[in-house]
Amino acid sequence: MIANSRRGRLLAVAAVAALALGATACQSDDKPDTASGGGSTAAAGPVTITLQTFGGGKNFGYKEAVDKWNAEHKDIQIKYDNLTDQFEQVYWPQMIQWLQSGAGAGDVVGIDEGGMGLAKAHPEWWADLGEFGLQNRKSDFAAWKWENGVTADGKLFGLGTDVGGMSLCYRRDLFEKAGLPADREEVSKLWPTWDDFVKVAHKFQDKIKDTKFVDGTNTLYNVVLVQEGAKNGNVTYFDKDNNLIVDKNPAVKTAYDFAQKISQEGLTAKLRNFTPEWNTGMKKSQFATLGCPSWMLGAVSGDGGAGPDFKGKWDVAAVPGGGGNWGGSWLAVPKQSKHPKEAAQVLDYLTGKDSEVSVFNYAGNMPSNVQAQQDPAVQGAKNEYFNDAPVGEIFAKSASSLQPIFLGVKHAQVKNAIESVVSAIDDGSVPYANGWKKLVDDAVKAAG
Amino acid sequence: MSLHVDAGHPTRAPMPPSRRHVRPRPGRSFLTWLDLKAAPYLLVSPYYLLFLVFGLFPLAFTLYYSFFDYDLTGTVEWTGLGNFTALLDDADFWKAVVNTLAMFVIATVPQILLALLLANALNKRMKAQLFVRLGVLLPLVTSVVAVAVVFTQLYGRDYGMVNWVLSWFGIDPVSWKTERLPSWLAIATMIDWRWTGYNAIIFLAGMQTIPKDLYEAASIDGASRRRQFWQITVPMLRPTMIFVVLNSTIGGLTLFSEPTTFYNGNVHGGTNSQFQTVSMFIFEQGFREFDYGYASAAAWLLFLLILIGSAINFLLIRRIGGNK
Repeated sequence: MIANSRRGRLLAVAAVAALALGATACQSDDKPDTASGGGSTAAAGPVTITLQTFGGGKNFGYKEAVDKWNAEHKDIQIKYDNLTDQFEQVYWPQMIQWLQSGAGAGDVVGIDEGGMGLAKAHPEWWADLGEFGLQNRKSDFAAWKWENGVTADGKLFGLGTDVGGMSLCYRRDLFEKAGLPADREEVSKLWPTWDDFVKVAHKFQDKIKDTKFVDGTNTLYNVVLVQEGAKNGNVTYFDKDNNLIVDKNPAVKTAYDFAQKISQEGLTAKLRNFTPEWNTGMKKSQFATLGCPSWMLGAVSGDGGAGPDFKGKWDVAAVPGGGGNWGGSWLAVPKQSKHPKEAAQVLDYLTGKDSEVSVFNYAGNMPSNVQAQQDPAVQGAKNEYFNDAPVGEIFAKSASSLQPIFLGVKHAQVKNAIESVVSAIDDGSVPYANGWKKLVDDAVKAAG
Repeated sequence: MSLHVDAGHPTRAPMPPSRRHVRPRPGRSFLTWLDLKAAPYLLVSPYYLLFLVFGLFPLAFTLYYSFFDYDLTGTVEWTGLGNFTALLDDADFWKAVVNTLAMFVIATVPQILLALLLANALNKRMKAQLFVRLGVLLPLVTSVVAVAVVFTQLYGRDYGMVNWVLSWFGIDPVSWKTERLPSWLAIATMIDWRWTGYNAIIFLAGMQTIPKDLYEAASIDGASRRRQFWQITVPMLRPTMIFVVLNSTIGGLTLFSEPTTFYNGNVHGGTNSQFQTVSMFIFEQGFREFDYGYASAAAWLLFLLILIGSAINFLLIRRIGGNK
C-alpha cells in the first residue's frame, strides 16, 4: 500500500509538471498577440477590423495610430497583427493562399512593393476602394505610388503607406574608435561612391578586428541594385513586359559583383539580414554600417534589433552612389473581408496625413503621403535614437526625387531565390566562382 | 476497463428466446440484420470516412494534379509525365533526397540503439520508477518550436554554446547552419533529443511482455546479463523493433519541422539548401513557388521512396534473431 500511495504521488507530481510545461508553452505562444494593443477591451458588439502586416522591429509602426483609433472609435476596433518579419518567405505566400482560397486574410493587409505586381494582376482578390470614396485621395500621393495601387482594369485597391528612400546607418562610436570622423556630414563626404566606401571599410578593418564593416552581402546588394536599376530604365529582374532579364540587365550584375567584392575582401560579418543571427549581430556589435531605407531605422531601434542599449551610438549618413528607393508598402482590403466599408475607413485613416506622421515619429518609416512629407513635424524631425539625425530632411529629400522601379508579377519569388544565392556566396556554401551562374539559374527556375 | 463485450445484451434481451424458429416479421428482420451485420461496419465507419476525406482523397487528388502544370495564381495545363521527368532531372530534388537520407541515417541509427539501451535500463527495478519512466517522455511534450529555438541558440556560429565548448579543445568555430555535414549533425541531435524517449518507452512496453522465466532459465544456465540482452531481449523484441523502425523510417523520410525551424522557418533549408529535405522541397515548390503540379509529383516520388525505405528496413529487421 505504501508503494502504491507513493506511486500515486509521483504520478501527480509528473502530471502537474506536464501541465505547468503546457501552460508556459501556451503563454509564450500568446505573446506576439498582446503586442497589438488593447483592442479587445471594448464594449460588446464593435466591428473588429484585423490589420495584418509584416516586418522586423517596429514594422509598419502603427502601434500609436491604432491605439489612438481604438480609444476614439468604440464601434470599430482595430486588431493589429504583425504576422512575421519575412515578406517573401512567409507573409506573401501565406497571403496568396488566403486570397486565392477566399478565407483567412485580414480586413486590411499590408503589401510590400515586391508583391504589388502580382496583386495588380489579380483584381478579383481586392475590394474596390473607389466604392468607398477613396478616389478623392489621389492628390495625396505621388503619381507612381498612386498608379501602383490601381489594377490594370482601373480599379483602385491599395493606398501607399511609406516609401523607402535611402541612407546609410553607421555606428559613430566604432568610427571614432577606428580613427574615422564620426560626424554625419563628414562621414557622408568620406564616400561619394561605392569604391570610396570600400576604401573606408578597409581603413576601418585595419584598426578594428572584432567588428566587421558591413552586416552581410544582402543588404548592400539591394541598395546597389535599386540605384543601378534607376540607371537602367527603372527595371531590375523583369522588364516592363514581365520578361525575366536577370542575365541581361547590367544593374543586377553590378550589384552582384559589389556583393561578391565586399565578401571576398573580408568586410562582411557574414550575417543574412532579417534572421535571428543578424539581430544578435546588432546587439553584439558585429557590424558597423547598414544600408538604411527609412523603414530600416525601426528595424535597428526596435527591441528585436539593436534595441535601447545602443541609443545614440547609431547615426545616419548619406548613401554612397546617391539616392535609391528600396521598399515601401501599400495597404489593401481583400474582397473576402466581411466589413469592407469599415476596413476602407481604417485604411483611409492609416494612410492619412496624421497617421503617417505618427508612424514616422514612432518607427521612422518615411510617409508616401505628400502632405505628411511636407508636414513640419516630418520635415524638421530628428531621430533621437540615431543621435538626433535630421531624418526628416534626409529622407524627404530622397522621397521627392524617387525613381520608382518596375517590379514584375513574380518579383517576390525571384528576389527570394536570388537573395539566397547572394547570401550563400557570403557564408561560403556557394563558391564565388559559381555564384553568378547559380544566381541566374535559380532566378530562371523561380520565374518558371 | 469496465466496458465488457456483453454490454450489448440488454437490447437483445426482450426478444423471444425461440426467435430462430419463428419466421421473423419483416421490420424485425431488418433490425436484426442491422444489428448483426451492418452495425459493426457502421461503428468502424467514422475512421474510414475520415480516412477517405483526409487520406485517400488527397492521395488521389495529388496523383491527378501531378500530371498537370498547375500554377496557383495562373493556369492549369495537362503535361502528362512532364513533372516527373523534370523532377528526375532536377538537381535540387536529388540534393533534397540526399539530405533526407543522410539525416535519416545519422539520426535514426544512434537513436534506436540508444532507445534500446535506455529501455533496458528502465526495465530494471529502481526507485521512483514511474517518474523516471515518464521523464524520458518529457522531450516529446515540449513544442518543436521551443526545441528549435533552444537548439538554434546552442548551434549559433558566433555565440553558440556548442562552439564555445568546442573552443576549449582548440576547435575553430563551426558554421552549423551553412556547412552541410555539421548542419545534418545539428538537426540529427534535435530529432534524437525529441524521439529517443518515445521509442524507449515502446521498447520498454515490448520488454515487459517477455516472460521472466526465460531470463531465470538463462541465469541458471549461467548466461551473463549482456548475453541475456542480446540473446533473449533483442530477438524477443522483434515485432516491437519492426514497428519502431518502420515508424522511424516514415518519420525520418518525411522530416520537416526540425530543419525548417532550424533556419528561421525558411523551407529553403539554408542559403544553398544544405539541409532541405524532400518534404521541405515539396512545400517550397507547392506553397512558395505555387507550382502545385510539380509539388504533387515530388510528393508521389517521396511516397515511393518511403515504400522502398520501409521495405529494405523491414527485410533487415526481420533477420534479427532469425538465425535459429
